[in-house]
Amino acid sequence: MSLVEVEGLRAAYGQVRVLEGIDFSIDKGRRVAMLGPNGAGKTTVLRALSGMVRTRGRVEFDGRSLLGKATADIARRGVAHVPEGRGTFPALSVEDNLRLGAYVRGDRGAVREDIRRCYGWFPRLEERRGLQAGSLSGGEQQMLAVARALMLRPRLLMLDEPSLGLAPIVTRELFRVLGEICDEQGMTVLLVEQNANLALDFADHAYILESGRIVLEGEADRIKGDDEVRRSYMGY
Amino acid sequence: MERFIQVLVDGIATGSIYAAVALALVLIFRSTGIVNFAQGEMAMFSTFVAWGLYEAGLPIGLAVLTTLALSFVAGVVIERVLIRHFEGGEVLTLVIVTLGLFILLNGLAGWIWGFGNRGFPSLFSDETVELGGVTLSVESLGIVAVLLGVVGLLFLLFQRTKVGLAMRAAALNPDASALVGVRVGSMLMLGWGLAAALGALAGVLVAPRLFLDVNLMGAVLIYAFAAAALGGFDSAIGAVVGGWVIGVSENLAGTYVDFIGADLKILVPLAIIFVVLLVRPSGLFGTREVARV
Repeated sequence: MSLVEVEGLRAAYGQVRVLEGIDFSIDKGRRVAMLGPNGAGKTTVLRALSGMVRTRGRVEFDGRSLLGKATADIARRGVAHVPEGRGTFPALSVEDNLRLGAYVRGDRGAVREDIRRCYGWFPRLEERRGLQAGSLSGGEQQMLAVARALMLRPRLLMLDEPSLGLAPIVTRELFRVLGEICDEQGMTVLLVEQNANLALDFADHAYILESGRIVLEGEADRIKGDDEVRRSYMGY
Repeated sequence: MERFIQVLVDGIATGSIYAAVALALVLIFRSTGIVNFAQGEMAMFSTFVAWGLYEAGLPIGLAVLTTLALSFVAGVVIERVLIRHFEGGEVLTLVIVTLGLFILLNGLAGWIWGFGNRGFPSLFSDETVELGGVTLSVESLGIVAVLLGVVGLLFLLFQRTKVGLAMRAAALNPDASALVGVRVGSMLMLGWGLAAALGALAGVLVAPRLFLDVNLMGAVLIYAFAAAALGGFDSAIGAVVGGWVIGVSENLAGTYVDFIGADLKILVPLAIIFVVLLVRPSGLFGTREVARV
């Protein structure tokens, strides 16, 4: 049973068409990676699902259409989106950022419990809980962005280039923790990445996007193992 | 000495009124990045409504409370119906829109209530009390108490409640706020509602000291701008301190420096602001975010 069902998705910024009709689906509990070069439209796929760009086509989440819904209402349905540039609040404290992540939830006791759990996953954040998020290092900010998204108790977690601007060792650590959390929670994930190796290690399934179209899809292991595919689409 | 303390307390009371309007300006500036030039005229309009309710037979306290509620609703409606269309646009456009609102409300008030002036009843008795051997007016003390109460409530709202946190978030980063499920538009409406109610409060506090007419808030708005600029336009504490500094310095200079008197006292706070902003361009309490990239 698929949680996300997308058909003929088109999106444009003004006159510039970015997505030319793409189809994909994500089954519950699976991790899907969206790969492709710069400007292929990967980020726009996430923005379309979050209602941040004008979109046509069919977008269903858990059997209900997301098309034309406001971003806030899509978040309320359980879609957590970590945008490019992280989408944290630099002027607010680390803990206030986490509290905001749970803004739509009414269960205050469980929210406190979840904040503790986030600190368990990311001990660095607990050390810096009272500091302004803007004073954190890039890696810590990305951890905060992920933790903030998890605070929603999402049914779908969407990550946009979490490795962007991070040192390789920091990125590896982030993905290791992310993998553990997703295993533990049985999380459904849609990951957009430029770092194909990293993404294919993390994901079960992958789509390759080029100029607004899906040019290839398949199991992550198979794509990773296929030299032809790597040469043609991923440039190494 | 007694005279000095009286002048000081009166200055703080006047400054509290400036502070209330300055707070309203800061509220809207923080949430929408707009300097609301119509803030004073909104307050003047509200004060006329309070006067109308009082004339219709309501006790003054109830008339004021009703007015605050009505002003809140009006502020919400103004944001939704008028300001929303221009949000995120050119700053200059928004300046013109709020200036247009200024002229509209001023004219509308004149059309409804005329351009003459009226007396406005005070919320407080006109008696005096002895505090530590100094005779002070109940009204001055009452105004300061009301302002402190309002500041306390705003602090609780913004620092201790979920809605307050969401309002701060929406002001800082609307896109990220929407992603966590905050309805940013509602937060802006709430901000305008609160600002309108705050302005109305300032209006009914200042009206008994002047006369109620369509230009009631003209000078007050200028002082409030000065207070907000002095404190740093994005700081609530700054607005209050700024209001007090201006109220007190104006009063002291007007009383003790012979050649200044009532006519030139407006220049004193402006001189202070000039110096402060030369030294600290973001105001006394204006924030400079720390950021690491």
